[in-house]
Amino acid sequence: MKIEIVIPQLGESITEAVVAKFIKTSGSYVEEGEELIELETEKVNQPLYAPASGRIQWQVQEGQNVAIGALLGHVDTEAKESQVEKKEVKPEEIKLELPASKKEEAPPVTLTAPRVQKSAFIEQLKEPEPVAAAPIKEKSEAPREMRRQMTKIRKTIAARLVDSLHGSAMLTTFNEVDMSEIIHIRARYKEGFEKKHQVKLGLMSFFIKAVVEALKIYPDFNSYIEGEEIVTRTYYDISVAVSTERGLVVPVVRNCDQLGFAEIESILGALAKKAREGKLTIDDLNGGGFTITNGGVYGSLLSTPILNPPQVGILGMHKILKRPIAVDDEVVVRPMMNLALSYDHRLVDGKEAVSFLIAVKEILEDPMRLLLSL
Amino acid sequence: MNDQKFDVAVIGAGPGGYVAAIRAAQNNLSVVCIEKGHTLGGTCLNVGCIPSKALLHSSEIYHKLAHEGREHGIEYSQLTVNFAQMMARKNSIVSKLTQGIGFLFKKNGVSHIQAEAKLLGPNRIQAGNKVIEARHIILATGSEPIALPFLPFDEKRVLSSTGALDLDVVPKKMVIVGAGIIGLELGSFYRRLGCEVEVVELLERITPGMDLEMSQSMQKILQKQGFTFHLARKVVEGQVQQDRVILKLDNGETREADVALVAIGRRPYFQGLGLKEVGVEQDRQGRVVIDSCFRTAIPTIFAIGDLVEGAMLAHKASEEGIAVADFIAGKKSSVHYLIIPSVMYSWPEVASVGLTEEEAREAGLEILIGKMPFKAVPRARCSGDEEGFVKIMGERKSGRLIGLHLIGPYASEMIHEGVIALEKKMTLSEIAHASHAHPTCSEAIKEAALAAQGLAIHL
Repeated sequence: MKIEIVIPQLGESITEAVVAKFIKTSGSYVEEGEELIELETEKVNQPLYAPASGRIQWQVQEGQNVAIGALLGHVDTEAKESQVEKKEVKPEEIKLELPASKKEEAPPVTLTAPRVQKSAFIEQLKEPEPVAAAPIKEKSEAPREMRRQMTKIRKTIAARLVDSLHGSAMLTTFNEVDMSEIIHIRARYKEGFEKKHQVKLGLMSFFIKAVVEALKIYPDFNSYIEGEEIVTRTYYDISVAVSTERGLVVPVVRNCDQLGFAEIESILGALAKKAREGKLTIDDLNGGGFTITNGGVYGSLLSTPILNPPQVGILGMHKILKRPIAVDDEVVVRPMMNLALSYDHRLVDGKEAVSFLIAVKEILEDPMRLLLSL
Repeated sequence: MNDQKFDVAVIGAGPGGYVAAIRAAQNNLSVVCIEKGHTLGGTCLNVGCIPSKALLHSSEIYHKLAHEGREHGIEYSQLTVNFAQMMARKNSIVSKLTQGIGFLFKKNGVSHIQAEAKLLGPNRIQAGNKVIEARHIILATGSEPIALPFLPFDEKRVLSSTGALDLDVVPKKMVIVGAGIIGLELGSFYRRLGCEVEVVELLERITPGMDLEMSQSMQKILQKQGFTFHLARKVVEGQVQQDRVILKLDNGETREADVALVAIGRRPYFQGLGLKEVGVEQDRQGRVVIDSCFRTAIPTIFAIGDLVEGAMLAHKASEEGIAVADFIAGKKSSVHYLIIPSVMYSWPEVASVGLTEEEAREAGLEILIGKMPFKAVPRARCSGDEEGFVKIMGERKSGRLIGLHLIGPYASEMIHEGVIALEKKMTLSEIAHASHAHPTCSEAIKEAALAAQGLAIHL
């Protein structure tokens, strides 16, 4: 029996994908549930799994654009199973054990596939590299510009962001927060927290909690526009921006209202690791209601974050800098962080936006409010 | 039955197999190499590259003396060919080299079994009365000549390359079916010794796969040497008689000769291996299907050389042998198929590496071409080797070398400049900038690189 392999729904607003890599090539025998193929979408690389055991036959090629629902190939369940002890590995990344016979155990090595075909030469040729410094007697100059192709992911991110800006009425309001309280709390409870929960007490859990409380007061920020309707979410999923080598990804921490600080920190850590390893799935990225981004880790003092459509609000954290401020007519030095809240004015008015940000600020400056629901 | 266990078992001791075995041993793996022949070295050493080059060299010396000696002021009253001695010299060279591989095996601790191998499973091989167990198996059983279906090889009147390398006398006339490199090299050998040579070729050109301009130039050179070509002709019938062979072509013509050399290609050899039973997949031409890491459908079994796709060249098999032995040992390795040179040992020799002009245009590349004929190269004039030229190609925007093609004396040696330049992604101007000793034939490459940029000095 031949079981079809089609592209499943991959997430809201995703209509097509690129065949990034065959993990199992045509003719290979696969077991049910094994990874077969990697699809690249604008958000994430998504593997597909074998629907049954049998022999794979692909109808598409690597690099080909395919629509959601398109037929990629099929698994022939009647194909004879080879009686091999399977050690099928992705051809692109292989970990090999060195034989223990003649040398000391060495750690497994990650390799790239050895066979480099003519097509690779031509492709690489068409993708120019910076020219090495020319010898003195050279007549031709080194090129003054470098070009490289935009990856599919970057092209789609670019398109979506521009669309988002065109579609929304985005502007940013600012405030500043005195981080002393949070810093004291972290200093005081750091060790105990880590000992009990096996995870560090970071800043993000405070911010997520503060944002959740503010969202409860101003539910418009936990909403989105669909057609002519405003849809308000009754759950609190917060997207947290993580920077990886491939670019910015925004995984979602679910039901933050029901999570304690330790749980939030732990989930964040796991998502960040997945992001860096390129293992985030569409499910990790869908459905967030509000985003928090932190430019402070790179040293940014102030910025205007861009909305993550279809969300209507995004909170930007920045670098904590000790500076003099006035408290009760006296000049004191406090660790201050600027907050930026970009919002979609189609849904949220200025007053609401400012008030939302103040609510967040007040909780951050006095986290006791979380306990007292103030 | 005695069982022996190894990390790696290599089947076949040709340039792919024996190199893979030695490299695996250097990588501290226990290796056994199973070869069914009585000598090591495969086709290359025994009935291919080595014997043909030995004979070609002997015949070239004779030919040069016979035709150019007087011009060099060398006078003689009689110049004869002792064909038996030519063959004996060739046999001696082959014998020493095949023994040499045995020595290399001992030196590197490669075990050797002389037997036909049959795969019993993903990790087991029957080799004679022994059963070998190996964590990894490398298939390197090479290829065999393809015969015309209606004209099987008898190696007396209907020759494959194997028989052509071992005749007793120089035939008066030879008809060669197939104008590929093997046919033309063997044709050159016999032509130089006075044999009349006719070549029948299916395509409208000789040496398929070679840059067309080089093929066409070489065709003219060979014609001047006395070759007669019947291009775009198919042999449809053949008849062997007591003292001659008669071939009928698709246009009704017949060609007759003392012997026919059928050199229409080679196909993978895998008799008795039991590939199908074990599950190793092959394509329609019998080539073993491998992935980008040389693995067959069975992950513990690898395949290299003439048994898999790609140019059927000894050094390609050797490169793959090294790459697969490194891969198995967990080391980084790579084989850049475009940067494997190809050579024809006619005289002048032909050598190429990289893209042909046709391939470059098909890929949509904008190319710069520079040419330098050897008659303008002082060193070539000194040795009287004025035929041929260098053709160098670069990609216009980056100036990078994409192909180097040579027809000239010892092109087989000169081509390596192009190999290194391609590996290092060098530009035409970098090649032109490099000093080339004077007077050499290699200077022509520098000049061609300059010419490609419109800066030729000696042209």
